[in-house]
Amino acid sequence: MADHTESAAAQETATAQDPAAQKNAQLLDLLYRLFGQDAFTDVEEPYGLLTVTTTRERIHDIVAGLQQDQELQLNFLTTMCGMHWPEQEGRELGMVYHLHSLVHNVRLRLKIFFPISDPVVPTLTDLYATANWMERETYDYFGIIFPGHPNLIRILNVEDMDYHPMRKEYALEDGTREDKTDLFFGR
Amino acid sequence: MAVNDTLEGTHKIIEEAREQQPRINPLAPTVNDFNQELTTLNLGPTHPATHGIFQNILQMDGERIVSGVPTIGYIHRAFEKIAERRPFYQITPLTDRMNYCSSPINNMGWHMTVEKLLGVTVPKRAEYMRVIVMELARITDHLICNSILGVDTGAFTGFLYVFQEREKVYEIYEEICGARLTTNMGRVGGMERDFSDTAVQKLRKWLKEFPAVMKEFESMFNRNRIFMDRTQNVGGITAERALNYGFTGPNLRAAGVDYDVRVMNPYSSYQDFDFEIPVGTNGDTYDRFLVRNEEIWQSLRIINQALENLPEGPYHADAPHYYLPPKQAVYKNMEALIYHFKIIMGEIEAPVGEVYHSVEGGNGELGFYLVSDGGRTPYRLHFRRPCFIYYQAYPEMVVGSTLSDAIVTLSSMNVIAGELDA
Repeated sequence: MADHTESAAAQETATAQDPAAQKNAQLLDLLYRLFGQDAFTDVEEPYGLLTVTTTRERIHDIVAGLQQDQELQLNFLTTMCGMHWPEQEGRELGMVYHLHSLVHNVRLRLKIFFPISDPVVPTLTDLYATANWMERETYDYFGIIFPGHPNLIRILNVEDMDYHPMRKEYALEDGTREDKTDLFFGR
Repeated sequence: MAVNDTLEGTHKIIEEAREQQPRINPLAPTVNDFNQELTTLNLGPTHPATHGIFQNILQMDGERIVSGVPTIGYIHRAFEKIAERRPFYQITPLTDRMNYCSSPINNMGWHMTVEKLLGVTVPKRAEYMRVIVMELARITDHLICNSILGVDTGAFTGFLYVFQEREKVYEIYEEICGARLTTNMGRVGGMERDFSDTAVQKLRKWLKEFPAVMKEFESMFNRNRIFMDRTQNVGGITAERALNYGFTGPNLRAAGVDYDVRVMNPYSSYQDFDFEIPVGTNGDTYDRFLVRNEEIWQSLRIINQALENLPEGPYHADAPHYYLPPKQAVYKNMEALIYHFKIIMGEIEAPVGEVYHSVEGGNGELGFYLVSDGGRTPYRLHFRRPCFIYYQAYPEMVVGSTLSDAIVTLSSMNVIAGELDA
């Protein structure tokens, strides 16, 4: 493979010529300038989309700061959703935010993780009207609570459900059934 | 810490938080409140004018709407949960049941997401074929939306005119893949089979005949006094509010923002084609109608270009590990049979990674956020459904208007229950 023989310098040049990588580098630079380098961990670019992890204490400020920022104008909340990683102790639950700058066509993915025993995340409804139902959906699926949300009730599932079905401990199939075991599935 | 302890603790916290939350019961404060003389009106859940099964609890002061609370979830089918247990191909039928008026766009969007994850490059011919199919789907989607808007204003004829045309497009689908509504013509890595001669003939014939019908449809509505009075300055939204609400697609473009995924993040060779983004000014119902009509013309332009310049070559990628082989090959070829079995049984594992891919669906940016942990199924799959995003703006758009305006606004937003609830 060519990747192994390429020197670090050559890789850097390739990065400099790639417009997507350039945009990401610019964006990361802006993030560091606005919020400080210590606000972000796990910086990666899976499939060209800049992804950074931050903390739930800072997420509201960061989204608000990016919304008001005149340079990149990351003021479109494309989507947000929850996720559940039961094996990661202390950071079982997570939220993923996709932001988009319609002016410069730059996308950014923000992630936060927090323990399942304390599933509380600041609401974004004061910044984006579109966050309203997305947060209700996340609450419905994962039981993540957004203090300050105007109407945090279930949106897609029935009101009297007492669990949050997208968590991994709720298997899709009935665990007691034997005719649906996984024995012959993908040996 | 045992799992159960954590869970119980979590439930307790949730219960406490729920008790502290200000609960909005839409029926409680104003029912039989004679001082305010408000009427509670249930618009839906099942009524032809609601375009699906969802409810709007409207508070009416005489003929004016004071407030509205939408209730959704009546056809929620837990697609995101089901997808966690299915191999990638078996998720396709879930996607085409979201926006069933333009299911090929949903299918192709999903296949493109998986291709991005797997690193499969699609040959040019397959991309052009996809463009043709997706634009056909966009046309039928817009036709249904606009003609039903006509029905909601009391004009049934236009609906009958263009429903016939949708029927003809479905016949083209039938020639391409055998199915009509929930199509199954795409594959990860290309198309299931090449366009047959009959399909191309039918497509060419339809491309020749359809513009006359479309012109007739437009002349029936565009300058129709009754239609204009019913739709102009009705259900309007400003560009700022639309962006804040996360609007995309025709609803955003009607408000004056020229955002189109096909232009901004081109996929499937959309950069090769010459087309314009129609933009409205007021963001009202009439503008949404006009924008959709104009988009139909632009889609026709794209289809014509794609059909004229359809490249020769293979219609699928050379990726036997991922591309589901054509059925004829499965009958005759041992390798094809093996891969067919392996792919269908989900024995092929995807690389670790997370992908966000979006396409311009009939309603706007249709996004797929896919997290793979290296297994046979997605670890987490989130659909960004445009309907879900913008239906929450509906109360704001109808407050202050009359009930008949609310009906027209609802149909011009093209709210599709399958996409809303997922």
